[in-house]
Amino acid sequence: MKKLDTNSNVYTIVYATVMVVIVALLLAVVSSALKPKQQANVELDRKKQVLSSLNIDLKGQDAEALYAQLISEQQIDGKQVFVATLEDGSKKYIIPMHGAGLWGAIWGYIALDDDKNTIYGTYFNHDSETPGLGGEITTRYFQTRFNGKHILGAEGYQMEIVKGEAQGEQVQAISGATITSKGVETMINTTLSDYLSFLSGNGSCEAGQSSAESNIIAIETKEQVEPQVVEEVNDPYQEVEPAEVAASINE
Amino acid sequence: MKLSDKTRETLLGPLNVNNPVVVQVLGICSALAVTVQLKPALVMGIAVTIIVAMSNVIISLLRNTIPMRIRIIVQLVVVAALVTLVSEVLRAFAYDVSVQLSVYIGLIITNCILMGRLEAFAMTNGPWDSFLDGLGNGLGYAIILVIVAFFRELLGSGSLLGFQVIPQWCFEHGYVNNGMMMMPAMALILVGCIIWVHRSINKEEKK
Repeated sequence: MKKLDTNSNVYTIVYATVMVVIVALLLAVVSSALKPKQQANVELDRKKQVLSSLNIDLKGQDAEALYAQLISEQQIDGKQVFVATLEDGSKKYIIPMHGAGLWGAIWGYIALDDDKNTIYGTYFNHDSETPGLGGEITTRYFQTRFNGKHILGAEGYQMEIVKGEAQGEQVQAISGATITSKGVETMINTTLSDYLSFLSGNGSCEAGQSSAESNIIAIETKEQVEPQVVEEVNDPYQEVEPAEVAASINE
Repeated sequence: MKLSDKTRETLLGPLNVNNPVVVQVLGICSALAVTVQLKPALVMGIAVTIIVAMSNVIISLLRNTIPMRIRIIVQLVVVAALVTLVSEVLRAFAYDVSVQLSVYIGLIITNCILMGRLEAFAMTNGPWDSFLDGLGNGLGYAIILVIVAFFRELLGSGSLLGFQVIPQWCFEHGYVNNGMMMMPAMALILVGCIIWVHRSINKEEKK
């Protein structure tokens, strides 16, 4: 057999074409074969995240079954809300959140008590924050700092994450990760303002309630609740001027 | 099984005297990125070993048919295809690890060890020798990763493979995890220390 000239133009082009077609076929087959399994993983991961906002330790537990048992996904006022019924019968609302950290996306879930005010638990995760600094938002010690705080403050639905010692309803930021901490704060506040009608509504998931109606309710409820809350949390807010806090955080 | 001297050197040389990381100083970037904990370092080491060995074999089999002018492209396509396969398989069967390794699995494509072995060895040697060479170089890379990750996880988080190894009473008596170990710079310093130790041990052989 005559030896092929492996350096001829025709050979090179044919070689490259055949190679690319074979590789493309191979990758396409593998990718579509593994797709269902991968999607199941992504879905399971999401369920685990929702569950961990309920302070549930998932070690050695079947997250899939637990999720199905505890959580129902609902659309309330056109917003996605996960309603969880815990084993002791108490009802929690879990709201998904999305925001921006220092380097990339951050996201999380915030679980509220039945009163839609007290934080029951939180979960945060991130795409590319610095490990050991901004990446610490995934740790339990940061997430549990939110527990028991109230989202309804003197200025409406707002959380405040501050540098240094936290007072009253404030949450202490992660040292060395101010921008990521501020990102978490912004994420929470943006989400809360998005969910205003749900938060200040009466909690029923009646489909007939239009968003305009529930907005009116929102304003009314807020006015009723506000004075009382101001009294309660007056001290911490007076000791630290919001403007001052903002300035110190911006440093 | 008895290995001939040449085969033994092909397989075991890269583990020590000819180590790709500490002697040839290749593949440093991923060594910095994935060694905060032991588990991703292990997976990364295994992934690179598999990919180097397999791409070495494939290129070695094709070596007489590859047109010289596009040989680098052919090598890249083979490596990229294998890396994509590994990353897909990880996403399907070890999702949490693949999230942890994130972009670094994809970046195996640019790992200098791979292209180096393909150009220097697989293009001129038979499939079996190339396989051993790939295995040796992959393991040589993995060993360094595991050593660095061992110290970084132990000193940085007080755990190994996720299990707490430094007892709680140490923390109660004022022991603190070294946050520096979490930073990529520490991996570079650790690799430097390994190179130092390695050079002092192999002083004569290097000459």
